[in-house]
This record gives sequence, C-alpha cells and structure tokens, in this order.
Amino acid sequence: MTTTVVPDSVAPDPNVAPVVAVSLNDSNERPPASTPSCHREIVSLQDVTFSYGSQHVMDNVNFVVRERDFVGLIGSNGAGKTTLLRMIVGLLRPTSGEIKLFGTPMSRFKEWQLIGYVPQRNHFNPLFPATVREVVLSGLYGRRKLLRRSTKEDHLRAEDALKTLKIGDLAEKRIGELSGGQQQRVFLARALINNPKLLILDEPMSGIDTETQNNFFNLLLHMHKKHNITFLMVSHDLDMVRSYLGEAPRAKSGKLSFHVRHSHDLEDCVETDLLHSLRQEG
Amino acid sequence: MDILTAEFFQRALIGGALIAITSPLLGLFLVLRRLAMIGDTLAHVSIAGVALGFLINIYPVAVGLVLAIVASFGIELLRRRYRSFAELSIAIIMSGGIALASLLFTVGKGYNLDVNSYLFGSIYTLDNADILVIAIVTVIVLGVVLALKKELFLLTFDEDAASVSGLPVRYFNILISILTALVISASIKIVGALLVSALLTIPAACSLVLSKSFRQSIILVVAIGEVAVVLGLWMAGVWNLAPGGTIVLLLIAILLASLVMTRRTRV
Repeated sequence: MTTTVVPDSVAPDPNVAPVVAVSLNDSNERPPASTPSCHREIVSLQDVTFSYGSQHVMDNVNFVVRERDFVGLIGSNGAGKTTLLRMIVGLLRPTSGEIKLFGTPMSRFKEWQLIGYVPQRNHFNPLFPATVREVVLSGLYGRRKLLRRSTKEDHLRAEDALKTLKIGDLAEKRIGELSGGQQQRVFLARALINNPKLLILDEPMSGIDTETQNNFFNLLLHMHKKHNITFLMVSHDLDMVRSYLGEAPRAKSGKLSFHVRHSHDLEDCVETDLLHSLRQEG
Repeated sequence: MDILTAEFFQRALIGGALIAITSPLLGLFLVLRRLAMIGDTLAHVSIAGVALGFLINIYPVAVGLVLAIVASFGIELLRRRYRSFAELSIAIIMSGGIALASLLFTVGKGYNLDVNSYLFGSIYTLDNADILVIAIVTVIVLGVVLALKKELFLLTFDEDAASVSGLPVRYFNILISILTALVISASIKIVGALLVSALLTIPAACSLVLSKSFRQSIILVVAIGEVAVVLGLWMAGVWNLAPGGTIVLLLIAILLASLVMTRRTRV
C-alpha cells in the first residue's frame, strides 16, 4: 500500500514571509484552503504505520493539524480512522513512525488536559450508577488532580459545561436514562470541561436523529469559529463535512482523507509575521 | 442470649463489621467493571494458599494472600491477552485454584487441617491476630479507595477516558487487584471461600437498582453490608444458625426487597 500526501498548496516559505503584507489583497481573494504556517502544530504525524499482526491498517501517514484547524477525517470502513484517533490520544501505539502532540513526542507528552476526546459510541453499562454531573466532572480527573478533592471551581466549571451544551436540567439524571443525543452532549461536555485546545471526536453524530445532528454540528462550528478550538473529527456524514470543509481533501493517505478548514483570516497571521520582521529589523 | 456478650462473639462482630466496609466497597468497583466473579476466583486460590500455609507451617492467611495476589496478576495478564473476554481469565484461574487446593488438601491429610472452616467460614474462631490483620486491611483499602475515589470512578466508568486523561491506568488496575486479594484473604475466615463473593457483589447489585448517583452507591453498599453482617451475626447467635450462611441469605433478602421496590420504575 503506498501513500500519496497532497502537499500543502501554500507551503510555508520562510523567504517570502517579510513581503506577505504587500500581497494582502491577493490572499484575501483566495479561500483559506490551507492553514497559515504561523500557527503552531497541534498534532503531527510522521510516517505513522499501524498493523494488527500481519494486517496492515495504515502505512506511512503524514499529516499536520495546526492550531484552529477543523480537520474532518473521512474514510471507508476499515480505513483506520478510529485507529488513527486512538493512536493520537495514546490508547494505541503506532507500529512505527512518530506522533507529536503540541510539539512534544507522545512518549514525553504530559499535558493531557489540553485534549478533549469523545470516543465513538460510548459503550458504558446503561445501569451504571452515575449522574450526568458526575460524568461531566470526571473530565477533570487527571494527573493534575490526583489525590486532590474537587473544588468549588471544579463544580462551577461542570455547571458551565452543562449549560453550554444545554443539558443543565439533566444534571442529576442517571446517564443511562438519557437518549443517544443527550448522552453525546454529556460526553462532549466532559471533553470541554478542561477548556481543551484540541477536541478529538470519533463519529460524534452516529445514532442520533438528523435534527439533533444539525444542532450538534452547529455547536461544534460555533466552538471552532468563536472559541479557537482545534478539531479533529471522524465522520461518516460526507455532506455535512463537505459543506463546511470543502469538497477537496487537503491530504490523502491510503484510504484516509483529511478535509481541513481554518477558522481565522490570513491577516492575523500576517500581523504576527510583520511583528516578527519588525522585531528582527529593530 | 449470653452468647452475644461472649468474647468470641464480640470478636466476630468487630471482624464482620470491618469486612462489611471493605468488601462491598471494593465489590462495587469490581461489579461495575464486569469482574463480579473475581472474588470467587481469588477466594479459591486463597484457599489453596491456606492449605499450603498449613503444610509449610506459615500463617495460612498470609500464604493465602500471597497466592491471591499472584493469581490476580494472572487474571490481569489473561484479561489483557483476551480483551473483552474478562470472564475467561476468571474461569481459568478459578479452576486452577480449586485444583491446587484439592491437591494440597489431600497431601495434607492427617495434618490438623479443617477444610470446612475455610470453605464455609468460621467467624467464631477469629483470634486477635486475625482481627489485627482485618483491621490493617480495612485501613489500607479504605484509605486507598477514599483517596482515589475520583480516579477509580473514572477508571470504572470509562477506562479509555482515564487513560486519555493521563492516569496511570495499568498501575490502577494492579492496585485494584492487590486490594481485592487483600480483602478476599481477610474475609475468607469470616464468610468462607464459597460465600466471599456474596459480600462483594450483592450490595453492589442492590445499589445498581437503587442509587441514582455514584456517591449514593458508595454509601449504600457499605450500609447494606453492615446491616447484613451485624444483623446476620446477631440472628445466627440468637438462633444458633451458621453465621456465614445467615449473612448471605440476609443479603439476598435485601436484594429481593430492592428489586421488588424498584420493579415499577425500571424494566
């Protein structure tokens, strides 16, 4: 299996950076198909290969997710979408290749609170005795909270997350009593409670009705545009993904394709570039 | 009625009350992780250890504990190998434990080895050393569970999420295994190997239908455990019944009552 990676259409060229200001108009007309390079790398995949025994799932996947990207990961069944996400969150180890999170190699990465992960269809036991509030609050339990009690601030954050997702009135319900769409919101709230920089969602819309899907997707788009969260989402719903991320994938690798949309205008980048160049001159 | 004031009965009450805290508490986590049968398994392995202890003349409960810990690692290893077939690892280790126990019991024929007291418990024969062991186990288990309550909740509810949060999931699993082995070895003499898992699992089973939140279930399992053990011991003392059996039957009565009470609200 060979891999073709479509190169960044506007590859960052350090030599051009100081003169970008001149070509501002030009860049305005061009749709922001690619991410300005001024944003730091959130996830970088270098020659990531994975196989179960002798069965190759993916070969040499290379891709970079930059800050404020919304990346839609599309592929047929068995293309390795879920596997790739599970590798990115450290649940699986690649057979070879390297994954960096926020510029740090996976093995040394410790800032897990920066990442919110909503797995595919949570298969918890419906009789599990836990309230919605308890589940949302558990998003805060990580290395940093080890051996510490939940504070008043933690509870306020849980309250905020519940309200943001409009499930405040369900807070004291048992998680198993909720509908699929409501449960999905709970898991999104759990992922959001840490104010993550990166949200990873694995088919968040499967098994819920179309109207709920639309609301949910709009919520994600709002978070992307207004709250500067970077997204990496696996989806089956091609229409929805294409409508926001465009027809053409930024990159393809085996049976996986990455559709990307960046949330802010190129000028933002230019400004920082300009500052950089001014600083260099001064 | 003067049995209730007898020293051996008071010791039984203290030992029982302590085990009724730790066993249901740990059992809640085990049941929620679909490892309800782990208690039985470790108990049978532990019995083999007790027999071995008699043979080599070392404090039997301690040998039972060591063997139970070894077995719990075995279960964890098999569980990882046969992901999603957790019960398979349990069945294998359980039969291994029984096989070893029966072998050692035959080797030990002629020694002063009372099989029944370990299979069915002999709470009235607890000595001060046993009480001390149970007290230490209670302090350890209670301390760890209370200190790591949040993390254990997350691990139990969603092991993947716990891992993504950066929790050392593997060490937590080992920790739970060791705690389980501790509780089982300490409670064998009280309810007996055959009935150990009742105190682990039935309170949890009640809380699954009764409680709305995790917080509530933690309180509920301990309360149910205490009621069953204290009331069961009292009834056994007054009417001269088998204490282990009385406790377990009381637990089952509480479970039936919980099921009937909630029948209308849940299917």
